Amino acid sequence: MTTIRISDDALARACGADELAAAFEKAGASVERTSSWGMQWLEPLVEVDGKGFGPATVDDVAAILDGSSDKGIGVIAEHPFIASQQRLTFARAGKTRPLSLDDYEATGGWSGLKRARAMGPEAIVEEVLSSGLRGRGGAGFPAGIKWKTVAGAQADQKYIVCNADEGDSGTFADRMVMEGDPFALIEGMAIAGEAVGATKGYVYLRSEYPDAIDKMEKAVRASAHIVAPFVCEIRAGAGAYVCGEETSLLNSLEGKRGEVRAKPPLPALKGLFGKPTVVNNVLTLAAVPHILMEGGASLYDSLGIDRSKGTMPIQLAGNIKHGGLYEVAFGITLGELVNEIGGGTQSGRPVKAVQVGGPLGAYIHPDQFDIPFDYEAYTKADALIGHAGITVFDDTADMGAMARFAMEFCAAESCGKCTPCRLGAVRGMEVIDRIRVGGRELAGVETEPQMHNMPKTGRSPDEEVQLLEDLCETMKFGSLCALGGFTPYPVMSALKHWPEDFRK
Amino acid sequence: MSSSQKLAEIIADHKGREGALLPILHDVQEEFGCVDENSEKAIAEGLNLSRAEVHGVVSFYHDFLKQADPRPVVQICRAESCKARGVEALMDDANQAAGERVKLSTVYCLGLCSSGPNARIGDKLHARLDSAALTKLIENA
Repeated sequence: MTTIRISDDALARACGADELAAAFEKAGASVERTSSWGMQWLEPLVEVDGKGFGPATVDDVAAILDGSSDKGIGVIAEHPFIASQQRLTFARAGKTRPLSLDDYEATGGWSGLKRARAMGPEAIVEEVLSSGLRGRGGAGFPAGIKWKTVAGAQADQKYIVCNADEGDSGTFADRMVMEGDPFALIEGMAIAGEAVGATKGYVYLRSEYPDAIDKMEKAVRASAHIVAPFVCEIRAGAGAYVCGEETSLLNSLEGKRGEVRAKPPLPALKGLFGKPTVVNNVLTLAAVPHILMEGGASLYDSLGIDRSKGTMPIQLAGNIKHGGLYEVAFGITLGELVNEIGGGTQSGRPVKAVQVGGPLGAYIHPDQFDIPFDYEAYTKADALIGHAGITVFDDTADMGAMARFAMEFCAAESCGKCTPCRLGAVRGMEVIDRIRVGGRELAGVETEPQMHNMPKTGRSPDEEVQLLEDLCETMKFGSLCALGGFTPYPVMSALKHWPEDFRK
Repeated sequence: MSSSQKLAEIIADHKGREGALLPILHDVQEEFGCVDENSEKAIAEGLNLSRAEVHGVVSFYHDFLKQADPRPVVQICRAESCKARGVEALMDDANQAAGERVKLSTVYCLGLCSSGPNARIGDKLHARLDSAALTKLIENA
């Protein structure tokens, strides 16, 4: 009997993978549900003896089974999109059944944890330090230093918290890890627990990911006996974007409003319930099992450029022809990612802008496509890598409207704790609206003769732009966290590169 | 089982856990379609919190509603990636299809960002929507 492999990733399912799998079973084939290869424009992708067919619909079932389908893409592993990647975190993508412990063990699963347990806490921290692994959530803080701080803290209880509140538009790598390779994340958390002396771990998972919540809960139950005495628990978020900020996340886990905490104290010393806590992103923790394998740390350190070590799972999204998950060593240019690997826009129109790093990342102009994927290079270009989501826009995009949306989003999602973010975002929307209608006239009480301290004229669009720049400066340096602090990136970059979109 | 019994049961289920409030609120929202004043009061008593504290948490998160809405809900992603793929151009048709019968709500990102526009109904996700497909989803919701 022919064995058909179809992904059970949320994206494949949203494109009809379940119906397709049922149709193959009805036609007499045996169906295995695996993780996704990450070639999302081909989903649902059907794999028969290593060869791929996609995007497949139920109408293609007969033709795929009798070999006459014209949707073949050849051997999947040799497809240029896959063959040109260096997959470490996503080594199992497309190859294993997500909830199969047998598949996980057969592909090297738990060997990092076993080795970690044998070597002891100090040596684990040393390995992570020497690998050069930096936090994949956005800030890029060295993971080993965070772990060392927690390991050195004295407390009766410590925690490992996995930040799985992947709210940025254009990012889905965390989701793919949790749905496709959930045991890798659990193993990474158990290793972190071993390193710092924590016995309890929480995964804070956003409620917008129902499939990931389901898979992670099943995976936690299935692997409880392996990671014990470490205990892992899944907690669902409740629709607040700001809870992806680590201190806000901790408050939410504690059952409070997801308001940001001032730092210091660092969560590493006073985190969840006031105890020393490692807060790491899904991708950071999922990279750990590989690093802890024999020779893993030095391999990791050998990849990448400058201080950006190892690989980054880059997510190609938005108006892009070949969207999906592309894991590669740091250093690749944006132009290669968008034009060569991504194949340009889905609409076939010219690329106008690319937003890197989610809603808080800068809009990058095609003139800057030669910048290498590297934390420091992006910072130098007034941009950020963030969680490595890349959202492509074609020439129909209105960048003035996108800048306004950045402010609108910040206003909707602000936790309200600090003034620059809470008020600045609302004022930002108003200023952008005024720029777009050509400034403002004096009105109402301002025109009364008694108001002799008022300016004698309204504001020109140029003066409004000046005001917006001042406001962005205040938000950038005065906000408590990245929500208010980074919202100026998309706004200012849009204003800098596409000023004509603000003057309609 | 009466609703107050069910509420008491939910509270008792989670009471001993660390940070029990959010799991309780999720279950209450799931069971009753909202977290109303009565629920807030019972939860506050059960967890030894003030009602203000519970209300502060309930009102902070988008997932918890003050009043149940009997209409079917279609969540449409209108974040950057779906905007780049043209979700805004679908909204007039979507609003028309929804009318008063269906509630359309905005969600910021379902994580299917290479294949938008995307929507969610219950726990089922839908990708690669065009106007016809979205209208059909809304009509069948």
